[in-house]
Amino acid sequence: MTAQILSAVFTIIIGVGGCVVYFWTANRLLDVIFPSRGVSGAAAIDNLRRQGYIRPWLFVGPAMLILAVYLIYPVVATLILSVHDRTGQNFVGMANYSWAFGDREFLQAIFNNILWLAVVPAACTFLGLIIAVLTDKIWWGNIAKSLVFAPLAISFVGASVIWKFVYEYRGEGQAQIGILNAIVQYFGGNPQVWISTPFWNNFFLMVILIWIQTGFAMVILSSALRGIPDETIEAATIDGASGFQIFWKIMIPQIWGTIAVVWTTITILVLKVFDIVLTMTNGQWNSNTLANLMFDWMFRGGGDFGRGAAIAVIIMLAVVPIMIWNIRQANREGGGH
Amino acid sequence: MASVDFVNVKKSFGSHPVIKGVDVEIADGEFVILVGPSGCGKSTLLRMLAGLENISAGEIRIGDKVVNRLAPKERDIAMVFQNYALYPHMTVAENMAFSLKLKGASKAEIETRVKPAAEILGLTPLLDRYPRQLSGGQRQRVAMGRAIVRDPQVFLFDEPLSNLDAKLRVAMRAEIKELHQRLKTTTVYVTHDQIEAMTMADKIVVMHDGIVEQIGAPLELYDQPANLFVAGFIGSPAMNMIKGRLDPENASRFIALDGTVLPVGKPVEAAKGKDLIYGLRPESMRLDGSGIPITVVVIEPTGSETQMMAKLAGVDVACVFHERVAARPGDIINVAIDTRSTHLFDAESGRRL
Repeated sequence: MTAQILSAVFTIIIGVGGCVVYFWTANRLLDVIFPSRGVSGAAAIDNLRRQGYIRPWLFVGPAMLILAVYLIYPVVATLILSVHDRTGQNFVGMANYSWAFGDREFLQAIFNNILWLAVVPAACTFLGLIIAVLTDKIWWGNIAKSLVFAPLAISFVGASVIWKFVYEYRGEGQAQIGILNAIVQYFGGNPQVWISTPFWNNFFLMVILIWIQTGFAMVILSSALRGIPDETIEAATIDGASGFQIFWKIMIPQIWGTIAVVWTTITILVLKVFDIVLTMTNGQWNSNTLANLMFDWMFRGGGDFGRGAAIAVIIMLAVVPIMIWNIRQANREGGGH
Repeated sequence: MASVDFVNVKKSFGSHPVIKGVDVEIADGEFVILVGPSGCGKSTLLRMLAGLENISAGEIRIGDKVVNRLAPKERDIAMVFQNYALYPHMTVAENMAFSLKLKGASKAEIETRVKPAAEILGLTPLLDRYPRQLSGGQRQRVAMGRAIVRDPQVFLFDEPLSNLDAKLRVAMRAEIKELHQRLKTTTVYVTHDQIEAMTMADKIVVMHDGIVEQIGAPLELYDQPANLFVAGFIGSPAMNMIKGRLDPENASRFIALDGTVLPVGKPVEAAKGKDLIYGLRPESMRLDGSGIPITVVVIEPTGSETQMMAKLAGVDVACVFHERVAARPGDIINVAIDTRSTHLFDAESGRRL
């Protein structure tokens, strides 16, 4: 334990210290190579201009290098892998893609992903918005907000473990320790094996992500709601709008941009959903999603680099347009109108 | 259109009273301005009339109806806010039509109400624009248009011009006044700017610290300020105040602390022996070789008039001359005081004598 803490501290010091040393040294070197003091005026101006031209590259350089190695290279490598066979040696053209669209499991995963896309972002945004509005009106609103926000701090795997207990099923005659079955039993129903009920189990998994992400939606939307000028709401009150009309016709349109950003951010997250499926069902009982299927083919039973890579490319193609739109929208929100 | 009455209206936020019993009567069609320094309660009073703040005690009537418990939309009022409060996601036309739409008016009816209002305010070419595409003055006009379209009993304005630059403010001032003359709707207007109050109002209500200091027509307040607060608040540059007492022998002579004798227009025998404040408007002095000597401190010629800071009876006084004055700082010039516009106040109570 102590050794681990020490090594963590050591790593942080090396990491942060390394950055400081790099930036300081690079900056100093630039000053030495193109001095702006102790030379003639014209030379100093020239050197200052050169410094101004080079310095941004020095500072941004390491980040660009790391991005290239860890982001751009994998994308290119995945694209290449996806047109090769299971060993990654022999070129097979689009065979992996045509396989995917004929594969029952892949189509099931696509279907499930679409289901997730239809439910989770909408549910998170809607619940987040409702909670944000309601908690603004009650004195214990901040406590409620903290409670709703808390799950965001839990990892997907951790959350899944918690919810596994919620959905837990014990055989007939045994005491049900899962709270959902306990409630069902209390009201006289029959306990169910929730996570292995095809089709509906998708929704039980979605609940977990909704539970986690509603807090995110709530926080962002809550601050957007606070940004609405009070005067517009007062003006609407005087214009004769009811509380409901003010909400739909005055408040929602003013935070529409933020709603869109929240919605798309969660959409991107949902497209990549993996941990929850892996931990809860591992894709069994027709609950698989694309990311988990990719993982299966790439690293586990499948052992087919080509097919795994092809699925990864498909996920990326689905995410990119939403991502671009999301970034544009976020920039517009941040940059004002 | 309707009259508006405030009857002993009070308002507290928690235990902190902000309106301490206000009585104002506003006649049908009148343009009334509530004016006072910030924190005097004028905006709160307006918001109480609008129904945006509740009333702690007293009664507010619009027409014959007590509106204390009515929701804003039932009061038949329209309000123009300081920051315009336009709906940013609606075009100019939609902003103006919003209240009508809520009432379920037909498209044709909305058109017949919005078009003339836009015409009056010169907004017709801007009807399809969004608020962010408009200048400050145009936004202000849209806010007024939104109010006009409703054809309310009372217009409320809450410091509508304070976000505009000086030049535009003067132009909008005239525009609002002209609009009132055209529509003749009862108007309650809040501002901290006494010039706005003087130039626009039929009647001014001067407020200070949650109470009404004086109610009257602009020139009435200027000529007969009821107390030191109104005297100092109305008029720019502000009235000069000089401490002293009346001559015990002759009530028409005011003797300042340093012994300078100043003429009193309307002698008040009863004020003899009391500590007094002598009020002198900057423009009630004129150059006169045989007058009272004053020492020039700063001189500011503006062309049409000459403003001056000078020492009179040991205190700094502002003077405005409607002629050109060839003096330099340090010079001593002589002025005569127009005794028709001198004021005497009780130093203790601040009341006019």
